[in-house]
Amino acid sequence: MERSIVFAGFGGQGILFAGHVLAEAAMNAGAEVIWIPSYGPEMRGGTASCTVIVGDEPIGSPIVDHPDVAVVFNPPSLAKFGPMVAPGGVLIVNDSLVEAPSGRDDLDEIRVRCTPLAREAGDDRLINVVALGALVARTGIVPPDRIREALHAIVGKKRPEALVVDLRAFDLGMAAVASGTGQLTDRPAVEESATPV
Amino acid sequence: MTTVPPPVEDPSFSLAGTREPPRRVLMKGNEAIAEAAIQAGCDAYFGYPITPQAELLEWMAKRMPEEGRAFVQAESELGAINMALGAGAAGARVLVSSSGPGVSLMAEAMSYMAGSEVPMVLINVMRGGPGLGSIGPSQSDYFQAVKGHGHGDYRVPVLAPSSLGEAMEMVATAFELAEHYRTPVIILADGIMGQAMEPVEQHYRTPPRQTASWALTGADGREPRVVRSLHLAPEELEEHNAHLQEKFRAIAEHEVRWAGERLDDADLVIVAYGTAARVARTAIARARAAGLRVGLFRPISLWPFPSAELAGVADRTRGLLVVELSAGQMVEDVRLAVAGKVPVAFEGRTGGMVPSPDEVVEALRELDATGSSRRARRVRRRPPIPVSGADHMHPHEPMAEPETGHDALSIFGDDAWMPHWYTVPVPTHPTRNGRGRGHGRNGSAERRRGDEGGTR
Repeated sequence: MERSIVFAGFGGQGILFAGHVLAEAAMNAGAEVIWIPSYGPEMRGGTASCTVIVGDEPIGSPIVDHPDVAVVFNPPSLAKFGPMVAPGGVLIVNDSLVEAPSGRDDLDEIRVRCTPLAREAGDDRLINVVALGALVARTGIVPPDRIREALHAIVGKKRPEALVVDLRAFDLGMAAVASGTGQLTDRPAVEESATPV
Repeated sequence: MTTVPPPVEDPSFSLAGTREPPRRVLMKGNEAIAEAAIQAGCDAYFGYPITPQAELLEWMAKRMPEEGRAFVQAESELGAINMALGAGAAGARVLVSSSGPGVSLMAEAMSYMAGSEVPMVLINVMRGGPGLGSIGPSQSDYFQAVKGHGHGDYRVPVLAPSSLGEAMEMVATAFELAEHYRTPVIILADGIMGQAMEPVEQHYRTPPRQTASWALTGADGREPRVVRSLHLAPEELEEHNAHLQEKFRAIAEHEVRWAGERLDDADLVIVAYGTAARVARTAIARARAAGLRVGLFRPISLWPFPSAELAGVADRTRGLLVVELSAGQMVEDVRLAVAGKVPVAFEGRTGGMVPSPDEVVEALRELDATGSSRRARRVRRRPPIPVSGADHMHPHEPMAEPETGHDALSIFGDDAWMPHWYTVPVPTHPTRNGRGRGHGRNGSAERRRGDEGGTR
């Protein structure tokens, strides 16, 4: 079994970091994993993305045509990856920056108010960690403790003071999905077009 | 660094309670390859930054001084490779890395190293070409690595890893080959392999050092040694070439490497290396789920190419599909290997694009349905490469007489000297429509003449 997750947004939103934490957590959970960034000039202000594939056997294709999960942080990323998500997959949307719905009715679409939750955690830049919490709460792809361990390993050694805020942001993201407060299910679906502008 | 035992496989994701320290480490491909080289005893690294191999150089910049070894960021790739030539001649274990445009610059010194038999390992983390191309992943330097780089009659072993773990082991193997055969060795990786992170077991291998009986270490107390590729006397150079060829034959005989997967019952076989082989592996799983019996033949040594082994596999199949991140390069070696015994189809993307598993499955379906490969989409929508003069080569047909009216001295006709674009319309670039011809103002005299003569 393989599960693929795409993180996408502006460069600087912590896209690659979120994927890195997930990959580290999956590895420590005993899974096979590969993390692939979009690399090059797009990381300096344009759209950045990374793909994480988790599986119980060595990962085959590093290129995913239909990700099981997409976590999108800005409108261009929704436009690009929204239509690609496999039917029945999960779409996690940064509601603070993306207003339009995906227009797809075959997805589990979760809208998370990333910025207010990140601010509540203590650093409004941590929308990536909030979204990671939502992802783990919704999919259970790795145990939450593995994410916390990964945050310890990646952040904690260098910046212990940042770790506390990261862990809080992660928990708030988890709680948002668990309690339903992260979801805005009353948004009208777009009927005209399956492809958002 | 200490060697750790392999991890106990546990497919369960629910390991939240266990707290044993991680046995695997998440590493970026470029970094894993660089560390493997250090652990393999690399004495000196020379390079120049280029995406997508930059992290390899960065890792060496940090780690080599820590180990008390030589790291030089040269002023250019030309500088780097010639420093490698010097260090290799002095008996050092040398690594150089770059990507396509940089490797092109290294072509001259590669020839010198092959000619003067200086060992060295060159890693090419391939990107899209030609020219500066793109920084996306690619396998379009196959010809360059396997058939080309510098001038002269020579070959170098070319190894192509398909995972980070394999790449790490391959670095040690490459040093072994380089020193055993006194030759440069190329490792062909690609942008994905360089940039991706995977868990790696920190198994490192340090090949034992062989006494470099030829190395320039100072002639105090012994006869001077000479490392050179210059042999002005034709007899002497021919003798040197004969020696080189004998060496290449030995490599071709002993150093073929390949891997097969699910070949036992395969009707169709995908031939792919590196990242393309990983795409193929996913495609094979999907194709088998859909009822096609497909296997994978993965060349690991691209030179020497596993021709005989592939021909043996082909005998038991109905067709081969070559998948590459190129417009079709290795496919030529595959066709040579199977010599027309089975159809050979091709699926490839260029420019930094990667074929998706579904595209490969579709190509397998077509191969399965038609048994032949004249596929036609994207780069595939092109006629088969014509065999020049094939009609005239038919044994029962006399060769056609040259048409009258042409220069009697030339059987090709009097405009045969002209570049083909003189008479053949040049396809316009899809994204630069209308601008191509405008370049004639700054183009060469021949080009301008061609523009004017286009109406004739």
